[in-house]
Amino acid sequence: MQDQTQPTTPRRTIDIVNASLKKRYARERRFRFMGAAAVTLGLLFVATLFADIALKGYTAFEQTYIQVPVDFDPAIIDPEGTRDPRTLADADYLAVLKASLRKLFPDLTERSQLREVYALVSAGAPQQLQSMVLSHPNVIGTATDVWLIAGGDVDMLVKGNLDRRLPEADRGITDSSIALIDRLAEQGRVEKRFNTGFFTNGTSREPELAGIAGALAGTFYTLVLTLILSFPLGVGAAVYLQEFAPKNRWTDLIEVNINNLAAVPSIVFGLLGLAVFINFFGVPRSTPLVGALVLGLMTLPVIIIASRAALQSVPPSIREAALGVGASPLQTQFHHVLPLAMPGIMTGAIIGMARALGESAPLLMIGMIAFIVDVPKGFTDAATVLPVQIYLWADSPERGFVERTSAAILVLLGFLVLMNLAAVLLRRRFERRW
Amino acid sequence: MSTLASEIVRDTSAITAADLARGGRVSGTIGDITTPDPRMVCRGVNVWYGAKQAIKEVGLDIGKNQVVAMIGPSGCGKSTFLRCLNRMNDTIDGCRVQGSIQLDGQEIYDKRVDPVPLRAQVGMVFQKPNPFPKSIYENVAYGPRIHGLTNSKAELDALVETSLRKAGLWNEVKDRLDQPGTGLSGGQQQRLCIARTIAVSPEVILMDEPCSALDPIATAIIEELIDELREQYAIAIVTHSMQQAARVSQRTAYFHLGDLVEVGETNQIFTNPRHQLTEDYITGRFG
Amino acid sequence: MLVLLAVMALAYHGGRKRAITSAGGAGQISTLHSLPGYYGFYAALWAGIPALLLLGLWLGIQDAVVTGLVKSALPAQTLSGLSDGALGLLLNDVKNLASGSIVGGTVTPEIQAAADHFAQLQRLANWAMWLLVLAAASGGMVLAWGQTKPRMRARNRVESIVMGTMFLCSLIAVLTTLGIILSVLFESLQFFQKIHPADFFLGTLWSPQTAMRTDQVAAAGAFGAVPLFTGTLLISFIAMAVAVPIGLMAAIYLSEYAPRQVRSVAKPLLEILAGIPTVVYGFFAALTLAPVIRAIGESLGLEVASESALAAGLVMGVMIIPFVSSLSDDVINAVPQAMRDGSYALGATQSETIRRVVIPAALPGIVGGILLAVSRAIGETMIVVMAAGLSANLTANPLASVTTVTVQIVTLLTGDQEFDSAKTLAAFALGLTLFLVTLVLNVIALHIVRKYREQYE
Repeated sequence: MQDQTQPTTPRRTIDIVNASLKKRYARERRFRFMGAAAVTLGLLFVATLFADIALKGYTAFEQTYIQVPVDFDPAIIDPEGTRDPRTLADADYLAVLKASLRKLFPDLTERSQLREVYALVSAGAPQQLQSMVLSHPNVIGTATDVWLIAGGDVDMLVKGNLDRRLPEADRGITDSSIALIDRLAEQGRVEKRFNTGFFTNGTSREPELAGIAGALAGTFYTLVLTLILSFPLGVGAAVYLQEFAPKNRWTDLIEVNINNLAAVPSIVFGLLGLAVFINFFGVPRSTPLVGALVLGLMTLPVIIIASRAALQSVPPSIREAALGVGASPLQTQFHHVLPLAMPGIMTGAIIGMARALGESAPLLMIGMIAFIVDVPKGFTDAATVLPVQIYLWADSPERGFVERTSAAILVLLGFLVLMNLAAVLLRRRFERRW
Repeated sequence: MSTLASEIVRDTSAITAADLARGGRVSGTIGDITTPDPRMVCRGVNVWYGAKQAIKEVGLDIGKNQVVAMIGPSGCGKSTFLRCLNRMNDTIDGCRVQGSIQLDGQEIYDKRVDPVPLRAQVGMVFQKPNPFPKSIYENVAYGPRIHGLTNSKAELDALVETSLRKAGLWNEVKDRLDQPGTGLSGGQQQRLCIARTIAVSPEVILMDEPCSALDPIATAIIEELIDELREQYAIAIVTHSMQQAARVSQRTAYFHLGDLVEVGETNQIFTNPRHQLTEDYITGRFG
Repeated sequence: MLVLLAVMALAYHGGRKRAITSAGGAGQISTLHSLPGYYGFYAALWAGIPALLLLGLWLGIQDAVVTGLVKSALPAQTLSGLSDGALGLLLNDVKNLASGSIVGGTVTPEIQAAADHFAQLQRLANWAMWLLVLAAASGGMVLAWGQTKPRMRARNRVESIVMGTMFLCSLIAVLTTLGIILSVLFESLQFFQKIHPADFFLGTLWSPQTAMRTDQVAAAGAFGAVPLFTGTLLISFIAMAVAVPIGLMAAIYLSEYAPRQVRSVAKPLLEILAGIPTVVYGFFAALTLAPVIRAIGESLGLEVASESALAAGLVMGVMIIPFVSSLSDDVINAVPQAMRDGSYALGATQSETIRRVVIPAALPGIVGGILLAVSRAIGETMIVVMAAGLSANLTANPLASVTTVTVQIVTLLTGDQEFDSAKTLAAFALGLTLFLVTLVLNVIALHIVRKYREQYE
């Protein structure tokens, strides 16, 4: 019987295998292709996201200026001729500006036409004139060519963000305004320059005047405080839990709790901040202080988890060596284990801070979305942070805010890249294999 | 020896000559590396892991209805050689195989040869039992399913039963076929892996220290099983235990630092080794 | 603050000196129980910690006390007839005036007087605080110096203080959780006294804005959260439908197929997606993707809301891809090579091995990772706030506009607030629901993942 099955069975197997092989390999190729497609798709998303935002945002780093021959009429600015700074500061520069603009387009007299002329320059232009007069009072009485910040729509048109070819109704800027701009451009009175205001101004209702200085300062104060709060606490907790805590139910609970805390939705931390810090402890709303308290609590589990991992990777032999020469357990930690674990802990801290930098949802809860023009100067000034500023700008209807928002995102992403790069470099530099 | 075999030998000598020209060295295997009616024929096999050569000029036949034991100290290359026989080394990065390995006259490292059907013909049992995290039934049915060996559920059931019976496991597991294979004892797991292997009806079974993770009783059962399986399959087994080699094999090959030092009838190797290294090893002077 | 540090430094220095002298000079240090520095630390801690505690306590109550004093000093006729809210505004004016910033309303002489009073009290309180703190610091310092004797186990005392501090640090995490639960629970209970839980969890009409106008008839029954739950689920479902297949397949490809160079480039690139702030995704969804989807939908003759669930869900899915892929990557790599070898040795192709052996073996870990991802999708806020709508529609149509729990929390709590109104409290009830759901998901997921890791370790 064996003789009968022996020669047939193996032949059968290989024949069957060979017969279905083509189909199986087709399936193999499909599967592999799906995997490659998934990766490609993911990378495509990354590329699209960055390209979209970069394309939308790069124009914000330039700002359109319009050259206007301004007639610094002493009758309006300083009728009494005293050159008293207070008089100069309170003068009606809007009237000065309007008069100068009317001179630039003497042919236009109708109200609606003039309104378009006035809209060519930004609502911030009078202030520009004011500061000019205050610093150089001798311009009064002269007619000087001044480069004024262009109005938001003009800026958009010059940068090509508004499409001239669209019908007037869909375009957001009128034909006659375009005609005015073209006239100015022919005279060489329109120019694009690097937008320093974007980095030095606070926010504004007018896109052409809005800058990120306030948000950057707020972010800076908030993050510094977050780090001060969460780093020592996180490292202390990690050292205790990893090295000293007895293994019992309580420490188990703390551990589960920390892991879970790292996955709690950020908005819940916002609720905590609102209910506990603001309403219970009376910490002032909208301040970097309360923002840092919330972000600090959010960052804490990240730092604890990273620090514990770093401590764990220090081999026991180091501890034994230190204990062996008579160091106390705490001396062992602070003199030997912690310094060795520090690069890992720092990496974790940087990653935690990067997360805090991009966080916005909990900050909405604690009032950091107030419209604050002034650049904050301390931990208890009302402030906003960059991601929240982005959120606010993204909600603004003006066309000009799209490029500002994108540019702010580019700045934010730039900081994130720097931080992550620092973390990677730190890891590379100090990576130690035991 | 068939004409084919002699051609292969000539072929090998050509490789050897080329090697000599490069400053390589001829392996000086003592004993007869050939066997009548060989299933697999290996000549002049060299294996590199990256820059490190793990196998040097090894030639060996694996015959039908016989067990070839490969023994030698750790790191001598016996496992590496075994893994060449069904191209399991393909899964290791930087592993390079040179030389001739034939299964029923077909060069298995030929570009046209596909490792998938090859492995269906040359099965392998590993050092540590590695049942899939599936039920006992699914473990055995896995091979037939992927190859489409059966046409109906009844056929598959029958195949699973036969395989488990051949592996001597049927009576122990027939009431719990749907339980996970990982829940069995070590020895049972290893027999399950053997059942899994024979379910695809291979021609050659390679065993890489199949008993090293098992207790003596389980080892005895597996050894008995190997002896029974010899009736249908060609078996090559790598083992650390000289007693095991003596018990289960007909031929024994002694490897030393990548060289195949001596091949011969198991009796002869253990009673009358010809090479000094072999003698040192089996008398326990090192290894 | 700097003064305090200076006192601590002084205490350290003095403590160290005293330790050395009490030991009988620099040559006799070995008769001390601990190194002199520890005596210094001991003194510094005694100087610093009580003073800091006092400082914290004082700062905590100073504002309330001063405000209370100012309030009681305000003339009675100014206070009469003012609601709590108006009083708060008035006091705010006083404070702003005192700190020299501009005030919205007109400044009456009473308020000006109150502001002056306030400023004066504040100055007084500050001086008193610093005096007290310094006194506490010096007191602690002198006390510690007095204890400095060669036999004192300064190191052990310092170490037990440090140890205690570290223990307190690790308690912060627990306190945070406790704080979350208590704060959310407390407000929610208040909410459920006004609105019956059944109405909240089972009601299908959500319209908190109308509830503000008490004169309207529909004021009471508008807190049915079901549309929010379905909206959240719809968007999370879309997100998972994007993230799970792409993330899982990417993880499989990168860990099983991709050559090492491809892996080392593609993996970090994909993980960039996880590092992008959610507000950026929200911006992308609202300004780029939503119009595109709308245009496509219109060209197909479909009616697409400008704030469709699809746009928010798709972008959220993209955000979660690296989350799924890196977690799956971890668990796939944890599957022992022996499993794969076993399968290859039977003649399985790579995809057969992956689909029939590796994935089933890694399944618990993958499921755990997906649960974590779901929890993240449910709790995600910025994308939906920016790209999903506000209208609470009970629909499963991905092209319609839906709202989510997180969106409503944000809308209810930003803008004008009255802390006891049902509208504000509803946000906390939603927060409680969100917290509990994600908590359950996280605990289950973390448990599964942990069990899985142990299995192959």
